Amino acid sequence: MNPVNYLYLAALLFTIGAAGVLIRRNAIVVFMCIELMLNACNLAFVAFSRMHGNLDGQIIAFFTMVVAAAEVVVGLAIIVSIFRTRHTASVDDASLMKL
Amino acid sequence: MSSVASVHSLWTMAAEAPARIPAPKIEYAQLAPALIVLGAAVVGVVLEGFVPRRSRYYAQLLLSVLALAAGFAAVVGLAAGGFGSTKAKIAAMGAIAVDGPALFLQGTILLVALVATFTFAERRLDPAAHGKRVDSFAAQAAAVPGGDAERAAVKAGFTTTEVFPLALFAVGGMLVFPAANDLLTLFVALEVFSLPLYILCALARRQRLLSQEAAVKYFLLGAFSSAFLLFGIALLYGYAGTVTYAGIAEVVSDGAKQITPALADTMGNDALLLIGAALVLMGLLFKVGAVPFHMWTPDVYQGAPTPVTGFMAAATKVAAFGALLRLLYVVLPGLRWDWRPVMWGVAIVTMLGGAVVAITQTDIKRLLAYSSIAHAGFILAGVIATSKDGISSVLFYLAAYSFVTLGAFAVVTLVRDAGGEATQLSKWAGLGRRSPLTAAVFAVFLLAFAGIPLTSGFAGKFAVFKAAAESGAGWLVVIGVISSAIAAFFYIRVIVLMFFNEPKADGPTVAVPSPLTMTAIGVGVAVTLVLGLAPQYFLDLAGQAGVFVR
Repeated sequence: MNPVNYLYLAALLFTIGAAGVLIRRNAIVVFMCIELMLNACNLAFVAFSRMHGNLDGQIIAFFTMVVAAAEVVVGLAIIVSIFRTRHTASVDDASLMKL
Repeated sequence: MSSVASVHSLWTMAAEAPARIPAPKIEYAQLAPALIVLGAAVVGVVLEGFVPRRSRYYAQLLLSVLALAAGFAAVVGLAAGGFGSTKAKIAAMGAIAVDGPALFLQGTILLVALVATFTFAERRLDPAAHGKRVDSFAAQAAAVPGGDAERAAVKAGFTTTEVFPLALFAVGGMLVFPAANDLLTLFVALEVFSLPLYILCALARRQRLLSQEAAVKYFLLGAFSSAFLLFGIALLYGYAGTVTYAGIAEVVSDGAKQITPALADTMGNDALLLIGAALVLMGLLFKVGAVPFHMWTPDVYQGAPTPVTGFMAAATKVAAFGALLRLLYVVLPGLRWDWRPVMWGVAIVTMLGGAVVAITQTDIKRLLAYSSIAHAGFILAGVIATSKDGISSVLFYLAAYSFVTLGAFAVVTLVRDAGGEATQLSKWAGLGRRSPLTAAVFAVFLLAFAGIPLTSGFAGKFAVFKAAAESGAGWLVVIGVISSAIAAFFYIRVIVLMFFNEPKADGPTVAVPSPLTMTAIGVGVAVTLVLGLAPQYFLDLAGQAGVFVR
């Protein structure tokens, strides 16, 4: 199968993730959409790696997974702490500061 | 088909007798600044686990100061060894550049971090709780604000000494960020310095709701922008088949040595290059705080604990502009005619937007946040110059600006009322009558922000605008001067408010700080005046440092 199709899929997943970040209101769901964007990047890396016939892209995919895992640790800690304070994880309610 | 065959040959090679993989050659001595700081951060985590609670603060403070000082000594040693000029090279198998701009920015970041550590450690501003001195950070970050657990933690005199190793991790990432010489290192360094900053933002002792809200906003938007950066990296990798800066630059300027059929195919696809470069630039401009990627700046600056705000405002900007310069000057010079118009537009809206919106602000921390956005625009004017003067003027501006910012936020921590820091601008009325020295020091910082002669801000702005004008960006300089004038209006307004208004009866008091904060403010004033009165030595230093290795 032509690897370019995987690139279209990656771009589609990335767009779905970005749209989700902008549309959804729950901080956890927003965060899941960001993870979807990172995974779309991984798919693009691996597809390009196959096209170019070198392993750089596959190595980078592993790095991305580690970074995403670290981001989950920090992000969930912050979201859980704000949820315990406010009893809501809606990003619309976090509006003490004016824009 | 040949590319498919080459992949299969890679797999079968690995499955049969694996050839000896040569160990990578790492030049530890040349990576010493970042290694020292990151190593000390790891030691800090260990200290947090094993040192008794009462002596943790002193152990962590000592470790941080020693690590940052040792890192700075390593930078000076490398610069003295000629790595900043003649012996500039690419270390760690092509991952890290050791050259003039990298060393200059690393030195600046380490000094800024050292001074910021002093403000982190300040324990005399807040009134002592239950007989124990407290700093600006929450007693226990995990405790619900106003809950029983928090009261118990405050009563037991807990302090969040984790801020010191967290800050060291952030500094370690910032040291690698402007020196990164491939896109993977760039991304990893970005996350290494961003993640600790997200946590640091959530740790304020007072107004914890604001602080947590700032952390959530910073985290979600920061992660969003780094996902864009990563997708940009993926597209650039797809375009060039490599993530090293030199490799991409060769492909961009049609100078690739080996052109495989796959590369010939992707090289012809300019969409990959243009969209990829735009997404990577977007990620970096977010960290820089340039309009239209600036929306996080005021909220995060306002909500974060003020010492963290000062550190973040100064050091992040230095690191991010370093990475931006290297990307534009080393990777994408062949794309100059495409990115320059875009950066023109970004610089103009950043300068004007930051300056105009700052006029309407009523909170001193938000005012400084918008002023930092305007300054990002002035620095972008130097970036656009695409000349050696452009690089050195940006380096000088960053060094001058970071110390002014740090000092200004240190002064903000001093002005307090019953609820903690009094950041409402109206409460600062008449401060000059009550505490002339504090107000005078703050006025010096504001004049430096405004770019009044005899301060570092003037020397920096002059250098940046001169470089921009010489590269033919005359209109940009005109708009820059106009927005400087707009910005000067609100800086002067604060000075007028402090000195020529009657103090209010229930106005804030100025806390007497320990020598730690005094050092931070003193260094800020000294650097502002020295760089303003005798900038030539430092301009020469930045000029010598202004060549990227490729």
